Amino acid sequence: MTRVVVVTAGLSQPSSTRLLADRLADAVTAALAERGERVELDVVELRDHAHALADHLLTGFASGDLAEAIGAVARADALVVVTPVFSASYSGLFKTFFDVLEPETLAGTPVLLAATAGTPRHSLVLEHALRPLFAYLRATTVPTAVFAATEDFGAGDGHLASRVHRAAGELADLAAGTRRTTPRRQAALPAADDEFGEVIPFEQLLRGSDPR
Amino acid sequence: MQIGIFTVGDVTADPTTGRTPSEHERIKATVAIARKAEEIGLDVFATGEHHNPPFISSNPTATLAYVGAQTERIILSTATTLITTTDPVLIAEDYAKIQHLTDGRVDLMMGRGNTGPVYPWFGKDIRRGLELAIENYALLHRLWREDVVDWEGKFRTPLQGYTSTPRPLDGVPPFVWHGSIRSPEIAEQAAYYGDGFFHNHIFWPASHTRQMVALYRRRFEHYGHGSADQAIVGLGGQFFMRRNSQDAVREFRPYFDNAPVYGHGPSLEDFTSQTPLTVGSPQEVLERTLSFRDYVGHYQRQLFLVDHAGLPLKTVLEQLDLLGEILPEMRKGFAEGRPAHVPDAPTHGSLVAAAGGARDTTVHATDDVTGHRVEDDAPVQATA
Repeated sequence: MTRVVVVTAGLSQPSSTRLLADRLADAVTAALAERGERVELDVVELRDHAHALADHLLTGFASGDLAEAIGAVARADALVVVTPVFSASYSGLFKTFFDVLEPETLAGTPVLLAATAGTPRHSLVLEHALRPLFAYLRATTVPTAVFAATEDFGAGDGHLASRVHRAAGELADLAAGTRRTTPRRQAALPAADDEFGEVIPFEQLLRGSDPR
Repeated sequence: MQIGIFTVGDVTADPTTGRTPSEHERIKATVAIARKAEEIGLDVFATGEHHNPPFISSNPTATLAYVGAQTERIILSTATTLITTTDPVLIAEDYAKIQHLTDGRVDLMMGRGNTGPVYPWFGKDIRRGLELAIENYALLHRLWREDVVDWEGKFRTPLQGYTSTPRPLDGVPPFVWHGSIRSPEIAEQAAYYGDGFFHNHIFWPASHTRQMVALYRRRFEHYGHGSADQAIVGLGGQFFMRRNSQDAVREFRPYFDNAPVYGHGPSLEDFTSQTPLTVGSPQEVLERTLSFRDYVGHYQRQLFLVDHAGLPLKTVLEQLDLLGEILPEMRKGFAEGRPAHVPDAPTHGSLVAAAGGARDTTVHATDDVTGHRVEDDAPVQATA
């Protein structure tokens, strides 16, 4: 069983960002199935958590559905993240979601990067904004990032479809082929009762060993 | 069960009038609030320690000594003492002195401070916050328990043959709590020493507080200080009450909406459902407070934050009057169903009794010419 979570930051209804997210989700599910993996798919629409995210910035904790969404992302074996391009970068809502994750939440998680915009001139946002963000979060990004401009949805040349297919295959290879070798810090997982499952014994703290 | 209040000493504009009190007004108000706390029968008054605007809570030892002189019964405490940036040699002296001056009415809560920049103000390195908390407290713990200390650590100059004065009153150091919101290492530290653990609680969901307290309890038992349900737990709390629930909500909302900590964020309704904040009638505050036990177990100390968000002194004192009215019910409620083996929070009196009685532990100087010591002459009477 491979848990795939799609995080999508589109704002309008319907949204081309969600449209791309769904295409990627289908492709990833199919690619994992080809590799003999069953898929459990979750979609996190950040629009639904906009208020809770602003509250989190001020209160320092996630409430209700946002806490569940964060939990799903923390437990994911693979992520697909899709943002609209706003002012030459990812949207503020998209960034806020990744801002409120505990450190190390995404360490080692395979991630497929994707973005939408009105014009293809924004396509390098994927390489110049999203990829560094996920490098900082120590996620493992797949080489193919998928950009869809408005015109791509109208083009019948199959270029977008082939990029979606290639990226999904890369993510499926990573998700199916690697099981995480370095466990994440327990505190990064907001599960019900194991938030502080492991403690560093005090004698070790007294000796001045690095607590992290 | 000890019930009290804690203040962080923020100078905040009253959003309903736009008026900001002066430092002087706020400092005097803190004393008035402490006196009121004793008057309504509370057990504890605790002050925070911050060293930057908009706070007036620097130099908490002066405040506590002054309040101590104006009160007779209430326990003076801190919320928190900066164990990271304050020299433990100074903490040992300061609080032992207050202990003597107030006849044992003092304990402390250790914390790491509210802001990174405080570290360099006191010559410390922010990157070593946790290590400072651990090493400094280890030294403080010895300074209060050993008359002569040889010591060497990473964060201050070594001590050789050093005696901290005055020695703790009756040979018993002040009880220590460790406050932490989200550092499991601090819960571990409190458990290791068998000290108290205080969770600020007020800005956090119950699920989080429950886990931190559970961790402390589990480790307290691990270190052999007693069973998990005998660990010494304190919680913060926060309320605004009026006789009529709707009046409380109406009056408090502008303070909530503009509060420095959570203002302009969640709605009052969301925040009261997600955190211990209770805005309503005295009965609602009573019931909510007694429900904290549902997720932390029977505990020892409940401190409320009352003077915050720019509430004027007059309102704060009214809040305390209302708290005084429900206090007997609250005590009764906390006593209900409390197993006999769950201890109360240690006090000077209980610690002296546990130590087998008061001892005078004055360390007399040795005459450096003859080597003669005062205690060679005659036994010294204990003070209590």
